Parts: sequence; structure tokens; C-alpha cells
Amino acid sequence: MTDVITPTVTGGDDGAITSAHELHAAPEEHGPSGLLKWLTSTDHKVIGISYMITSIVLFYLAGIMALLIRVQLASPNSSFVSFDQYNQLFTMHGSLMLYLFAGPFAFGGLANYIVPLQVGAPDMAFPRLNALSYWLYLSGSITMLLGFFVAGGAASFGWVSYAPLSNATNSPGAGGDVWIMALALTGFSAIFTGVNLVATIFYLRAPGMTMFRMPIFTWNMLVTGILILIAFPVLTSALIMLFCDRHFGTHIYTVSGGGSPLLWQNLFWFFGHPEVYILALPYFGIVTEILPVFSRKPVFGYKGMVFATMSIAALSTGVWAHHMFTTGAVLLPFFSLLSLLIAVPTGIKFFNWIGTMWRGQLRFTAPMLFCVGFLLAFLMGGITGIMLAAPPIDFFTHDTYFVVAHFHQVLFGTAVFAGFAGLYYWYPKMFGRMLSDKLGRWHFWLMFVGFWLTFMPQYIVGLKGMPRRVAVYPSNLGWQIYNDLSTIGAFVIAASFAVLLWNLWISWRRPVLAGDNPWDAHTLEWFTSSPPPHHNYTHLPPIRSERPTWDANHPDSPSVVHGPSSNGRSPSEKVGAR
Amino acid sequence: MRIEALFLLGIGVFFGMIGVIYWFTAYEDGGTMMLVGTCLLGLLPGSYYFFWHRRMGARPEDRPDAEIAEGAGTISSFPGSSIWPFVLGMGAFLAALALVFGFWLLGPGVGLILTALAGVTAESRRGGRV
Repeated sequence: MTDVITPTVTGGDDGAITSAHELHAAPEEHGPSGLLKWLTSTDHKVIGISYMITSIVLFYLAGIMALLIRVQLASPNSSFVSFDQYNQLFTMHGSLMLYLFAGPFAFGGLANYIVPLQVGAPDMAFPRLNALSYWLYLSGSITMLLGFFVAGGAASFGWVSYAPLSNATNSPGAGGDVWIMALALTGFSAIFTGVNLVATIFYLRAPGMTMFRMPIFTWNMLVTGILILIAFPVLTSALIMLFCDRHFGTHIYTVSGGGSPLLWQNLFWFFGHPEVYILALPYFGIVTEILPVFSRKPVFGYKGMVFATMSIAALSTGVWAHHMFTTGAVLLPFFSLLSLLIAVPTGIKFFNWIGTMWRGQLRFTAPMLFCVGFLLAFLMGGITGIMLAAPPIDFFTHDTYFVVAHFHQVLFGTAVFAGFAGLYYWYPKMFGRMLSDKLGRWHFWLMFVGFWLTFMPQYIVGLKGMPRRVAVYPSNLGWQIYNDLSTIGAFVIAASFAVLLWNLWISWRRPVLAGDNPWDAHTLEWFTSSPPPHHNYTHLPPIRSERPTWDANHPDSPSVVHGPSSNGRSPSEKVGAR
Repeated sequence: MRIEALFLLGIGVFFGMIGVIYWFTAYEDGGTMMLVGTCLLGLLPGSYYFFWHRRMGARPEDRPDAEIAEGAGTISSFPGSSIWPFVLGMGAFLAALALVFGFWLLGPGVGLILTALAGVTAESRRGGRV
């Protein structure tokens, strides 16, 4: 059925709410229900929740694989799993976490749900394309997991699939092929979502919602959408060529036929490094939404945040070969300089996050705690990232556990700390019920302790020379104690996620109603009901700043106005609320 | 639409510059081609947006003093529900598996894709029905 959305004036006594979006056809109640609703829905909220549930299930599966890896490494010459099983485990752990959890949870799940609400839109710009994105993502995820059930097992060449290891000679069997097909399907899914996000933000904003009044999360999703459009087509084309090499006799990545294995690395990392920021920028956006709310202040340095996001994204597309320093075939000064430059906009973000909290009325609820955990984790990951951007240090630590620790601190900091901050923050909006803050704190503190216990020893054992992707190691090098600490930490993290499951169960069985705006939050999505109605809004407030809901709820302390004011006062007459 | 146009044109200009610098320092084909492609990804839609910005002027969502009522009129047509994305997704799933497990899967896969394309086209022309 097709719903025609027409905004109409409904009037308002005090001028605070002057108009409404009215739905003129086919309200939700008339549509299908149950399984058919899930199969046929084009509502961005249903699709967003489907994305989140799927990605969290995959996150738990990948977490179990991480635990198996850690058990194997807890003793030097363990035979808990075979070498080949170990290779499959770390390949699939990385693939599930990066391709199927961290990205889709953010740009398929949270962004799908939140961005149309934040810009005042009734849905995503292309609802059917949005639904197709989800089905491609789900089928890609199933395809990836099918690898465990084919002869020869799942792909075992690492999530980076380097040539010539990934060719048919070195990695025979269907496992590698289903891995390629899974990424092709999810790659198209991501590209369609990127198109949808950009079109929604450019074309479906409510009147008055100028680009520089959009919430930072929406800004970050716009930039992420562009990055997806830059990066994913390169990966998809590289995968098609890899498949041709494996099956159709081409020699694009093989030296013997005139090809170049280095081409794979160039193509993969041209996708791979922007991908890191595709996985990071949405989570920066989440943190930038949560910190002001729980500091009861506007975000500090709004435009600085926007330009820092753009700078990070732009620079991230020019640094791909810093993953290839040790090949000896890349221009070290160029890639080192651009990599080091990323520290500048990232530093601006940190400065602004601290500025937002500075002298604020801080409330350390579960979402806020997760954000603080993110700041610490990402700071450590970022500092070691600056170290690795220097070629001499990279030469020394390349392919050691130092890089593993850096990488996990960056991505665990963003996708897990900030991602679950977003879940705790927006869960009341999505389901109209609260998650237990007490259990949320237990989740946070267990995860926080487990995180540092897992990854800090990996820096040390990396500097001591332990290479990554090895299933066994000598017992006389003093590496075991660090691996044991890592293993204990991993199980503490696992315990924290058992607490999350318990919290979700409690919320489901004994709901505590949330109300429309339980956090006294600022942005437009908190103006509508929890959960929002079909097509999101029955009416909208005037949008005069980046905090329209705050302005509507606190008429005595409106936000700073960017641009001309509607009531005749100059912007300088309105001061930011504290 | 001015900010949107400048945003996209900025992408094009930045990657154009980086592409030139990269070519004259690294002399490497693959990276240069990808940077040129990224440059075009910004310039082409950016130019299109700038053209329409010049013709249309500011929309209500571009003006900071716009009232919500100025968006009156039909926003767009949104399908309330549709089975065809699911059918298309399953068709793509089978077609992808066909390349691994055997071309016999290609028949049902392509069949579902064609059915879904026909279905979604007819749905759009009818005004949308499940």
C-alpha cells in the first residue's frame, strides 16, 4: 500500500507547535501483522530494529569465536582447536565483527531508525530499497555462516583475504567462495543504504532543519553514507576479480599470469581504511548525541565537530597504504603524513567532547558511562594509531599483537562502548520501555574491566615479538602470562554481555514505561511518542536550532540560534542553556 | 541545496588535488585511478546539485526562518508495505549461491529477481499493493 504524506497546518495557541504532518492513507493498523509484517515492512523503524537484532546475534556469535581463540592461546602449545580451525575462527571472527556487526549495527540499524526521526522525515527516501538492503544483508550473513557447513570449512585466509593466499591453489574449497559471495551481497546492501541515507538527509528534512541544524549523529551518518559510496564499490569489484581468479582462469592477482598480488592490497585497503571510519564515525555521532544530554548543555563547538568529521573522512580515504608500509612498494612520506594528520581533527573532537562535559551537570547513567568508556578506549587506540603511522615503528610492530591491541581498542571503543551507549540511550524511544540502569552499570563496569584486561597485555606481548594469527607459540619466551590475562579479560567481557541479555529479558518481562523523552534530550526524535507512530510524527515543533525538542520543552532557556531568528531577536540575544 | 552542493563539490576538489599530488609523487596507477573516481563521485552530483540550487533557490529546509507549514503539500509517496524487496533479496541470495554450489540455482534465483522487478514496477504503477 502507498501512503501519501502531506504536511498541513493545524494551528496552535501559543505558537510553539504550529503545524502537523498528517497521514492521509493506509495507517499502520490496516497493514499486515506478524511474520508477514516483518517480511513486507518498508517502515524504517521495523527495518532498523531487524538490522539491530540480526547484527547483535552475529556479534554474540563472533564473540563466542573470540572466546574459542582465547582458550586456544591460554597455553603455549594448546591443541584445543586444530591449526585450520584456528584460522577459520579468526577469519570468521573478524569478518562477522567488521562486515556484519559493526557497520550494519550503525548504518543499517541505528541510522535507519534514528536519522529520519532526527530530520523530521516520515521514512527513508527509498523505503523499498531500504527493505532490499536488509534482505541482502541477512542473506549475506547467512551465506557467510554457511562456510562452516561446506567441505573444507569456512574461509581461513583472514578478514583481509590477501592474495595469493586467497587464490584457489592456496585456499581451495567452497569456504572462500561463500565468503566472497557473502561480502558481495552485504556490499550491495551497504551501497543501497548509503544512497538512502544521503538522499533522505538531502531531500526529506523538515522546514527549518537546515544542514547546520542537523544533529551531529545525522551529520556523521551523511559523511558515513558518502564514505560507503566511495569505499564499497571498490571492495565489490575487487571481490569479483578475486572470484574470477579463483574460477575463471584470470590472473589479476597472480604474478605468474602477469598480475599483481599488491593490486589486491591497494584495492582492499582503499576500501579497508575508509571502512574503519565507516565503523567509527557513526559511533562518534552517538557519543556526540549523548554527552550533551547527560551534561545538560548544548554540544560544544558544533561546527567544529562537523568539519572535523568531514576532515577525518577525507583524510581517511588518502591513507590506505599505511597498512602496506612493509611491502616496500608504497610512498612512505605521503601516507605517513596523511595518517598523522588525522590526529588533528580527531583531537578537535576530543577537545569538543571534553568541552561539552566541562562544567556541565553530569549524570552518570548507563549511556553516559559507556560514552566515558569510549573516550578512554578510543584515546588509547588513537595514540597507538599515531605511533603506527610512523613507518619506523610500524616496521617494528607490523603483524604483531601490538597492532591487534591497537585495532581492537579503536573498534571495541567505538562499535562496542559507543554502540551499546546508543542502544541504552535510544532503547526507550524504540520500545517505549526502559532498560535497567543498575544492570546497565553492571554491564559497563564488567566490560570496562574486561576490556582493559584483555587488550593492554596484547600491547606488551606484541612489543615482545608475538606475531598475530598464530595458533601456538613457544613456551620459553614469557608470552603465556600476557595471553592468560587476555583470556581472563575476554571471559569478563563475555560475562558483561550475559548481563545485557538479562537486562533485555527483564525489560521485556517487567517493562518500565519510558515516556516520550525520559532523558530530557534535545533532538527531534524525542519530540514524538515512544515508540513513534507510523510515519513518525503527528506534529512537529518549530525548528530554530539544533535542539528543537529542548527549545519546545524549555521555552525560557532556548538554544543558541544559528542564522536569522524568527521572532525578531538577534541570535546573540538567545543564550545557550546550562 | 547550496550546502549540499558545496559539500559534494568539496569532496571532488579535495580528491582531485590529492589525486594530482599522489600521481606526481607515487606514479602509481591503481591508487590514482581510485582517487580520480572519488573526485568524480563528488564533482558529478555536486555540479547537478549546484545547477538546481541556482534554478530553485532555497527550499524551506534550507532556510533557517522557515515555518513547518511551508512544507505543506505532498512530500512524497511512501509504500506502506511491499513483498517485492524480500523476493528480490531471496533471488539475489540464490543467484549468489549459484556461483558457488552450482548453476542449477541460477534458474530460481533469476526467476525470483525478474518476478520481483515486474512486481515492484506494477506495484508502483498501481499506486502500491502488497
